[in-house]
Amino acid sequence: MNSAHSSIINEGFQRPVPVPTEISEPYWAACRDGRLTYQRCGICGTAVFPPQAFCPQELHLALDWQESAGLGSVYSFTIVERPQTPAFRTPYVVAIVSLDEGYEMMTNIVDCDPADVRTGMRVRVQFEPVTEELSLPCFRPAE
Amino acid sequence: MVVRRQGLRDVVVAGIYQTKQARQLQGETSNSLTVEAVNGALADAGLRLSDVDGFNIQIGSASVGNDFAYKVGAPYYWLGRTHVSPDAVVEAALAISAGHCDVALLSSAQAGLYTDRKSTAPWTRPPNEFIETWGLHTPAEWALLAQRHMHLYGTKPEQAAHVAAVIRNNGHINPEAVYYGRGPFTPDDILSSRVVAWPFHLLDCSMTCEGGAAMVLTSADRARDLKATPVRIIGAAAEQWGPEYTYPPTYERKGLLGRRSADLAFGQAGIRREDVDALEIYDNFSWEIIRALEAYRYCDLGEGGDFVTSGVIEPNGKLPISTDGGLMSYSHSGGSQSMQRVIQAVRQLRGTSAVNQVPNAQLALAAWSYSVVLLARD
Repeated sequence: MNSAHSSIINEGFQRPVPVPTEISEPYWAACRDGRLTYQRCGICGTAVFPPQAFCPQELHLALDWQESAGLGSVYSFTIVERPQTPAFRTPYVVAIVSLDEGYEMMTNIVDCDPADVRTGMRVRVQFEPVTEELSLPCFRPAE
Repeated sequence: MVVRRQGLRDVVVAGIYQTKQARQLQGETSNSLTVEAVNGALADAGLRLSDVDGFNIQIGSASVGNDFAYKVGAPYYWLGRTHVSPDAVVEAALAISAGHCDVALLSSAQAGLYTDRKSTAPWTRPPNEFIETWGLHTPAEWALLAQRHMHLYGTKPEQAAHVAAVIRNNGHINPEAVYYGRGPFTPDDILSSRVVAWPFHLLDCSMTCEGGAAMVLTSADRARDLKATPVRIIGAAAEQWGPEYTYPPTYERKGLLGRRSADLAFGQAGIRREDVDALEIYDNFSWEIIRALEAYRYCDLGEGGDFVTSGVIEPNGKLPISTDGGLMSYSHSGGSQSMQRVIQAVRQLRGTSAVNQVPNAQLALAAWSYSVVLLARD
């Protein structure tokens, strides 16, 4: 399947576009370049996502941006048959992925029959361009 | 009955009112329903608007208690700030208990909010940066939690479907329910309805509709002179896990939501879980009943699926749930539906439930995911 064909967005529609904040802007800028990033505390090493201003441990302000290998496993997922808006082509998979670096994120599982998605399945990031400014980190089966 | 109280001093529900609930209420607006609900609850309590010195009012999707109180000319009052729900009942009960107000009015009503039927209801898909773009909506959010529970404990869709069938059958025989006469349902009927967000089928999910409700809370002293049968709040607590639709709803962060409130409320009330005669629990999804009963310690973690299919949650069981048909069949009118769990608990204790009246009900639990209220007939 090529990525255009496998898009979960119907032709002529656009999915909701995230509006970056001052804190998240570096994250979305990296996504635009095809890099998946997260924050790690320079003092205690805790991995942090979504981006925030301080570390959960003792509120350290020393959060640094790190690059993820983009590999993880499906923590939980749902196959959506009733779309959020007509922009979404059903069925599509919304998932929580546990990244190997030790944090969780929401995403879509793409390039895969929804019926084949399993909890624990290994997945790899695949960026989907949405606008000139935005690419979204979706995931596909790692094998 | 001897009831030990800690933290709550003699707070009673003095007035309740529910407007007609329907998929769409032609000719009604959020304002017209609010007026009907407020007047109805005050009349039920035998109080006037000028007696109210505490307000928490939601009209449509907006929390407007402060504006409402000003518009009705109330001079200097207590203002409730939590979502009008069991949370708001907890907040108002604490305010009355502390003497910060004497008569609290809670109201929530909506009509005409859900017009774009090609999309899910607007309140199910708030625009959050790391969530909305993935096509998430409320059923998908809760399905992620349910699917993890199934993975951890082997909970089955058939067990959740049993919950849906029980609750929908309660509504099927309730003339006040939006889906009155739509059943009866078997678990197989639930499982053969179309999938919304796996593992949730359409009939595992609550409906959307229009309507309103209001409540009046006051002190036992004040209630002594009033006409309504007072129902006492004997335990009440609320909690949070984080902003909804904002972070991944992992089982570790959200799975036991409500346990802290249940422990606090039962501790205040000095009663046991099994003493409760009716459990009016928020049934946004069938599976949420399984999660809630585990969180509230009605059964062990992972045993909720077997527990709900053991004959306890039916109207003639030991722990009848959502006796009016709940959010799936009675009503899910925007914000007011969660507060209506408390109203239905009050009706059970007054002996005025429209259907499935538990004979001589003395104690009731009303809850949604974030808070637990325990009530007793005086």
